[in-house]
This record gives sequence, structure tokens and C-alpha cells, in this order.
Amino acid sequence: MEAPERVARPATRTSTTKPTGRRGSNLTGLIFLLPFLIVYTLFLLWPVILGLRMSFFNWSLVGGGASEFLGLQNYRELFGDPVFWVSLWHTGLFTLLSTPPLVLLALVLAMLVNRLRFAQWFFRFSFFAPFVLPVSVVALIWIWLFQPGFGLINSYLTSLGLGEVAWLPDKNVAMITAVLVTVWWTIGFNFVLYLAGLQEIPRDLYDASAVDGAGSLAQARWITIPMLSRTTVLVVVLQILASLKVFDQIYVMYTQGGLNYPATRPIIGYVFDQGFTSYRVGYASAMSYVFFVIILAVSVIWFVVARRRGESA
Amino acid sequence: MESGATTPSRAGKAPAGAGRSRVESGLAFGVLLVLAVLWLVPLAWAVDTALKPESETIVVPVSWIPSHFTLDAFKQVLDAGNILRWYFNSALTSVIITALVVLLASLAAYSFSRVPFRGRGVLFWVVLAGIMIPPQILIVPLFTEMNSLGFINTYQGIILPQIASPIAVFIFKQFFDGIPHELEDAALVDGASRFRIYWQIYLPLSRPAMAAVAIFTFVISWNYWLWPFIALTGTNMMTIPVGLATVQSAYGIHNAQIMASAVLGGLPLLIVFLFFQRQIVEGIAGTGLKG
Repeated sequence: MEAPERVARPATRTSTTKPTGRRGSNLTGLIFLLPFLIVYTLFLLWPVILGLRMSFFNWSLVGGGASEFLGLQNYRELFGDPVFWVSLWHTGLFTLLSTPPLVLLALVLAMLVNRLRFAQWFFRFSFFAPFVLPVSVVALIWIWLFQPGFGLINSYLTSLGLGEVAWLPDKNVAMITAVLVTVWWTIGFNFVLYLAGLQEIPRDLYDASAVDGAGSLAQARWITIPMLSRTTVLVVVLQILASLKVFDQIYVMYTQGGLNYPATRPIIGYVFDQGFTSYRVGYASAMSYVFFVIILAVSVIWFVVARRRGESA
Repeated sequence: MESGATTPSRAGKAPAGAGRSRVESGLAFGVLLVLAVLWLVPLAWAVDTALKPESETIVVPVSWIPSHFTLDAFKQVLDAGNILRWYFNSALTSVIITALVVLLASLAAYSFSRVPFRGRGVLFWVVLAGIMIPPQILIVPLFTEMNSLGFINTYQGIILPQIASPIAVFIFKQFFDGIPHELEDAALVDGASRFRIYWQIYLPLSRPAMAAVAIFTFVISWNYWLWPFIALTGTNMMTIPVGLATVQSAYGIHNAQIMASAVLGGLPLLIVFLFFQRQIVEGIAGTGLKG
């Protein structure tokens, strides 16, 4: 929107100093962009296009590329494939189960830490530190914690007189296990977003309401949470997008610790298995594209909501 | 910085609520302490296990204190395992990726922000659209592409897909947009080339943006598992996250060694986080709130 004005100013200036200024500027601009654009095109845009093309073929990783044009047959097969629907359900279930704690607990943690006058750094470190760990470290640590018998969690459950839980292999528990690990691992990100949102709230709102006799709970209800609504929309959407992309922690806990994969395999997992275990890359590409459309739909909804909020504010 | 800004106004709070407020703060502190302990126990248990003699890792009921602490597991992992090689691979690829992301993204952002040329607006939207593409959907076609280029199980195969970062372009452009035009206009009049202006004015001024982009890129590429896991087939080419996801099957039941590997794998990042806590936290907050 503001581009034309910016474009106009330096352009007129250069054209007054030297006649070829405008063309020179065109060239300079492109030269600066070129290194990025080449890499961007080759390793981001091209795979997107290649993937779309592959999804219309009976393309195999071992057979040597595009053998047979199938049109939409991969997509048709996909919608009739019960494993696809189960995987999609796992992704949806994981998102449904992980988003509420990752948003609400992060909000509570941030509000509590924000009250403190000391030791803020300690809590920020405690809750955020797991977020910087690679997925394999997280998986190895939790596999160890979840062991039967000598595993820390089951051992404590036993000494409390509660029964052991088969955290990893039990098909009814495995999804909860994946959610628990993910909450521990990634809550720091949302927590930090909320902390930043809290810093933006003007202090005098609290001071004024305190003079009027408002207690902490009333302040949280009528000041903090409404003032954080922008942050909350952001946190919720980023969390949904992140949860929909789940795969890494489930797969590593499956291969390294025997997490029940049939009960947890998300859509990205099915893409991976079809592409790299069954070598059906055309089929896997079709699945990737369906997933891409879902991700885009969530982003578009967010954009529309954010815009409407922006206009009403 | 933040706590410094809030403390004075808190101190000036109406005295009427002070007593109640102190009780509430104590309560908040207690709740937080319990939760922080819950969050730290998994890390502490991993370190504890790694420091135990192997035979004492499977004692029931569990105990935090073994007959003696030992560094044997760490020694064995460092001697026999591939972890040093994986450190090297991770460091090499992450450093190269970080340098290239900063360079390519800042060059592109300077062009988008300051150099007028035909088609700039459209190109900027094309680049921004890249933020929406989840890397997960690219694994299959990217593998096909890298395979035909012969880049599977090579460093370039790991590096190339990670150096085009649209979000980094966006962060640099926002920063450059905030730098006054007058600086550049004056330099142009003096006959400075665009590249000199970028290199000697814009890059030095954009240090905060550069720090944020660099730290984030480094952490993300160090931790990136999915693509390296697919593209790397040989044990000696693996990065830390990929290699560590094989140790359970490799070491069998050597629990202390597995936890020692996990601790060693997590340590560099925790150190980076301790050093750059402020930049990382502000970086997340800054990009998040603008988005």
C-alpha cells in the first residue's frame, strides 16, 4: 500500500542524477534478490510444484519416476482409504487434546510468573528450557520415565498404591502419552508469547481498579484476559497449526520406545510411511496436498478473524 | 528489563490491598514452584541416571542416590559412540545454514525495503506466501529432487533446503523499513553503491534483527529432525537429533549410556539458551506479536 510512495522518491532522485537510473535500479534490486530467489525457487517452490505433479501419477521412488498418468485417481483412492481417515483422526484428536492445555496452562503460568517480583528468570528457564531440546532427546528422556517397573513415573505410581500404566504400548493411553510429552516439551513457546502480551498491558489499569477495590481474580477476569485477547487468538492459531503438523515425537517414541504407532500415527506419519516404506510417492504426495489444504484453510480462517478483530478495534 | 519496568509501579500500589496481595503472591509462588519442579524432574532424572553405575539404573523402587556417582556412561558414549562426529555434523551444517540465511535474507530484504524495481510488490508476496508452506508436505518431492541431484546423504542435501527462509526476509524487511531514508539518500548523493550502503549502513544497524534471526535459525536447524532423518542414511553423516534417535536400538539396554547421550545431545542447546535467553524470548515475543 505504501510502496508507490517509496518507489517514487528514490527513483526520481536517481533519474535526475543519471539518466539510466531507473533501469539500473531495476537491475540492482534483482541482483540483491537473486541469491535468495534461486534457492527459494529450487528448494521450496519447485518441490511444491513437483509434489502436485507427482500426485497425479503412479509415481514410485524405486521405479524411476513418472510412469503412468492417473489423473485424480490417487485422490479418489485416498478418500476411500480407511487408514487415511484414521490417521487424519489421530491428527485431529492430537490437536483437540493438546491445544487446550498448551494454551490454558501457558496462560496461567504466564499470569502467575508475571506477578512475581523475583525469580522470574528461574521460572522462565524451567518452563522454556525443554523447548530448545531436539525431539530425540525429549523422546529418549520420556521413554525412560515411562518404563514399567523401574521407570520413575510407574515406580512412583506403585509406591502411591496406584497401578502401573503401560504408557507407551497401551493403545488406549498412547495418545495421552504423546500429548503429555508435547505439553512438557513445547509449552514454553506459548508461555513466552503470553508473558510478552502481559508486559503490554498498562499498569495503571490495575492500579485504578485496585483503588476501586477489585481483587486479583476480578482483575484477571475483567482486565488481564480481555486485554490478552489478541495474544490468545495468535497463540491458539499457532498452536493448532503446530499440533496439526505433529509427527516427530510420535515417530521417535515409536521406533525407540515402542509407543503404540497404530493408535497414534498422524497424517504426516502416513505420508512418511507411504512415501518411504511403501515407496508410493505419488499417493503420498496426494496426501500431502490434502493436508496442505487443511493447513491453508486454518490459516485463512485466522486471517479473516484477525482482520475482523482489527477492524472492530 | 521487563521486571525493572514493572517493579516501581507495583511498589506504588494502593496499600489497602497489600496484605491480601502478599498472600496471593505467596500462593502464586508456591503453585509455580510445584509446577517448575514437575518441569525440571525429567531433566534431573536423565542427568541422575546418566551419573549412575549401569547396574543401579533399574533398581525398584527407584532411588535418586546410587551407591556412587560415576562418569563411566559419559566416557563410554564419548569413546565408543559416534556422538562427537554427530556434534561436528550438526555444528557444521547449522553454522553454514545460519550464515547463509542471514546473508541471503538480509540481501533480499534490503532490496524489498529500499531498492525500487519493477515487480517488487508481486515478488514480495510470492516470498511471503512461502511462510504458509509446511516443510512436512515437501518431504516426498524434496527427496525425489535431492535424489536426482545426488545429494542424499551429503551435507549440501541437508543445508540447501534450509537456507531459503521467508520469515527471515520478513523480519529483516520490517527492520529495514524502520531505518530513516535520509541516511541512504545522503549516501546515494555521495555516490555510494547500493551494496556499500547495505553492507556498511544497513547490516550494522540491523544487529538486533540479525541476532534474532541468527539465534533462531541456529537453534531450529540444530534441532531439525525430519528432513535430515530422511536424507541421511549413513551413521557418520548423521546430525545430533538424527543420530540420537538411533541409540536406543544401538545400545540396547544400557540405560545410563542412553541417558548420557540424551544429556550430551541436549547440553549445547541449553547452553545456547542460557547465554541468549533474552534474545530468544524477545525474538519469539517480537515476531509473535507482530504476526
